[in-house]
Amino acid sequence: MNARAAGSGPARRAEERAWQVLAGVPDPEIPVLSLIDLGVIRHVHALGADAIEVGLAPTYSGCPATTVIRESVSAALQAEFKDVKVVDVLSPPWTSDWISADGRAKLERYGIAPPDESVGSPRQLWHAAPPIRCPRCGSQRTRETSHFGSTPCKALHRCDDCLEPFEYFKCI
Amino acid sequence: MNASPAARLDYLLQLADSSLILAQQLGAWVGHAPALEEDLGLANTALDLLGQARHLLSYAGELEGKGRGEDQLAFFRNEQEFRNLTLVEQPNGDFGHTIVRQVLFDAYQIELYERLQRSTDERLAAIAAKAVKETRYHLRYSASWLVRLGDGTEESHARVQQALDRLWPYTRELFDATDADHELASAGVAPLPSDVEPAWSARIDAILAEATLKRPAAAPYRWYGRLGAHSEHLGYILAEMQHLPRSFPDATW
Repeated sequence: MNARAAGSGPARRAEERAWQVLAGVPDPEIPVLSLIDLGVIRHVHALGADAIEVGLAPTYSGCPATTVIRESVSAALQAEFKDVKVVDVLSPPWTSDWISADGRAKLERYGIAPPDESVGSPRQLWHAAPPIRCPRCGSQRTRETSHFGSTPCKALHRCDDCLEPFEYFKCI
Repeated sequence: MNASPAARLDYLLQLADSSLILAQQLGAWVGHAPALEEDLGLANTALDLLGQARHLLSYAGELEGKGRGEDQLAFFRNEQEFRNLTLVEQPNGDFGHTIVRQVLFDAYQIELYERLQRSTDERLAAIAAKAVKETRYHLRYSASWLVRLGDGTEESHARVQQALDRLWPYTRELFDATDADHELASAGVAPLPSDVEPAWSARIDAILAEATLKRPAAAPYRWYGRLGAHSEHLGYILAEMQHLPRSFPDATW
């Protein structure tokens, strides 16, 4: 999914090192996800022996975490590289489909129901309410209690079996 | 044929300003909405709109090439320099009034951004592709409320019908084409406003039918917010929105 440049020699090693660093940079609002799990790292290019460029896709147009994400990417890579350049990549746009399978599993273990499998799935396209599985007890008898939640990417739900409220990562 | 830089810049400002002004208006609901869920709904919609406006204003500033960034454009332009639709500067009114304004706008934005995704201007197309997903979610929220209020009690029905009758005349402006619109359309930058109307109309009719609301008759009077001729409300909105950066121009926090 992530476009890894097929460099060779030192460039390739630099890029691999950068990917390793990025795997350890958490999302500021959902720290259980790394930025790679979230699907916002679009490319890593070595610009020289000690210079690296990272392409970053913003999630929501107005997400306040975007600034923090950019800063934490810079800070993490500056520990390894002399020159770090972070560029915005708007196209193709980030959607919740960019979240990795690993990321979805991490979300559910953390107590946040992951997004529907695809924004292109029939039930999303036809606006039918997808059955959201409760991340605590696994029941599908759940309902939406708020279309929006504490961050732009989440909505609020409640489980009718275990009665616990939980967050759902919006499928968008 | 290429569109002139002036027409392209003006068009970006139209898109940006409509989102920016509506974000400011929705922000005024924070702490005042009927329930916490609605506070969240309106605030999150405002946040997306603000984000879209920022992308558009930054691009407009680069295109203009005079060193003005998003903040300069948002906070240091006067009323006549704003290019937003007159619809979005109409007062919030009650919650139902805000929802009616939102449905009319969201449905328009979806149709517009879906077409702008195919713009020959790649950066605008990228911004549109991102915005359209967010806007679809906004309409799910606003339309579900309009149906609930329209098909609700006698009181709620009467209030949203009244809001619809009051706001409807401002929708004419969404589809009136200027010379610049023809220039942009032939260059493939933006659709002709009139081409957006049938799809918008169908979407709105379906929502109104479900909400048991009556579509008002077309009004003869035209508004021209897109050309900088605004209703009396915009000045007050700008006064509040621009007060701080104009009083303390280099303030940071």
